[in-house]
Amino acid sequence: MNIYLPIAEVSVNAFLLFGLGGIVGILSGIFGVGGGFLITPLLFFVGIPPAVAVATSANQIVASSVSGLMAHLRRKTVDLKMGYVLLAGGMAGSGIGVVVFNYLRSLGQVDLLVRLCYVVFLGIIGALMFVESLRAIQRARKAGGVVPKKRKQRNWIHALPFKMRFRTSSLYISAIPPLIVGFAVGLLAAIMGVGGGFIMVPAMIYILGMPTKVVVGTSLFQIIFVAGFTTLLHAITNNTVDLPLALFLLIGGVIGAQVGTSIGVKLKAEMLRVLLALLVLSVCGKIALELLIEPSELYSLAQPGAEK
Amino acid sequence: MIRFLLLLLLMFTPLQAMAEDEEIVLGLSQNRVAITARFDGSDILLFGAVKRESPIPDDPLEVIVTVEGPSGPLLIRRKERRFGIWINSKVLEVDSAPAFYAVASSGPLSEVLERIENERYNITVDRNIQTVTSTVEFGNTKEFSTALVRIQQENNSYQVLENAVVVDQQTLFRTSISLPSNLTEGDYQARIFLTRGGSVISQFTTTIDVRKVGLERFLYNLAHEHAPIYGILSLVIAVVAGWGASAAFRLIREG
Repeated sequence: MNIYLPIAEVSVNAFLLFGLGGIVGILSGIFGVGGGFLITPLLFFVGIPPAVAVATSANQIVASSVSGLMAHLRRKTVDLKMGYVLLAGGMAGSGIGVVVFNYLRSLGQVDLLVRLCYVVFLGIIGALMFVESLRAIQRARKAGGVVPKKRKQRNWIHALPFKMRFRTSSLYISAIPPLIVGFAVGLLAAIMGVGGGFIMVPAMIYILGMPTKVVVGTSLFQIIFVAGFTTLLHAITNNTVDLPLALFLLIGGVIGAQVGTSIGVKLKAEMLRVLLALLVLSVCGKIALELLIEPSELYSLAQPGAEK
Repeated sequence: MIRFLLLLLLMFTPLQAMAEDEEIVLGLSQNRVAITARFDGSDILLFGAVKRESPIPDDPLEVIVTVEGPSGPLLIRRKERRFGIWINSKVLEVDSAPAFYAVASSGPLSEVLERIENERYNITVDRNIQTVTSTVEFGNTKEFSTALVRIQQENNSYQVLENAVVVDQQTLFRTSISLPSNLTEGDYQARIFLTRGGSVISQFTTTIDVRKVGLERFLYNLAHEHAPIYGILSLVIAVVAGWGASAAFRLIREG
């Protein structure tokens, strides 16, 4: 069954969109990533114009994140207090990020910068997570299945002022690191056009030292607001949000997110991190290859105005 | 050059007068294309007859049909290898290129149409792509417009359909043009040319109206004229759908 999308001005198969939404929804539920870094390239592949793909996937991320968050709220695996602190930093970061993005766009080559950002950040995060989580699995095996209790990290983070108690994460740390993490993720998310979950999740685990189970729900909580803000911005400034497209994606997405969340709670924390690392690395590899291999079509067409 | 063209124009004036002899009577299967939610491309049948008062000349009659979509500016970028990676380097701004263009003819274009006639009537697609020479900071724009035609042909937006027009007894003709599903709305211009010995002897122009209707129209207008409302509506739908799915799943699990 094909449907014609009024804003994208192309006709695509509705079940294909439904399936795409579902796959990304499942991943979103498992890993707490919005899936923006996955769905946007997938939409390009289906033939949706890039501007519409970026804006509409932000809208679909809101839906699947809400769906995932609800499931996590019921399990009480969301640190709302931490979420608010991250969000405060995130909003400031994405506000400045939009300004930076527009400045870079006026210089041209913003597309290249976004791709390089993807390769660098996905590569670093993916590699670090992969190595760390493999070690964790090995350690768990050596200890005969019993994971040794992690020593409370005592580093410079604990020397900072404005300490807050985050009960759900069982942390007592300064509010400054979460604010900085939120800000940095917001900044990158605005430039790269994604919710930022794939940066946020590792940052919460490794920098803030939050327990993996709480990280996913909390990340979803803050993604809802970042993606919602992005959707509004695109709808108002570029008129590129395609409602029917979003609708088909999100029907698949919200169902997928529910399925994903139930898969996620069954997986071991280390397994979860290995899988996310592999996912991040494969997306990174794909983008890197596109930059390195000579494209079969050297020319590309674009609407003027969309990238000016 | 101008003088040469003028001379040519004078030479063809007698032919132009002769054009009065043979006239096109055209029929269209539809002169409106409505883009609905289920739109998946559309075939347009163009058929017609040649009305004439004098006997049929010796040269065989050939028919060329073109359908042209709305034109707009376009950027063509070329990738180049810099520092080991492929990046967009050169850009050509095309002043105006049609979103859709189809040429159907009763024989190979090189045989049924003289080059000079093509230049006069702008029949092939490359004659309808206008580039501004002032914005070009490099030599060869030909490569860029060839690439444009190649890319558009690959996604069926530009079509060359030689031998696709059927001509019966030098009087009746018909052809079918399929509009792809990724159609841009606007006025589509259909032109029909009659040629003998490569020269155009008569032409006829009509418009096909391609418009979004119903829900498609409503959403498009809402998105462009009431963008904030549209944006908030999108968010509300997203939140409700997310919450709804979550609630539904809980019901299924518990019930």
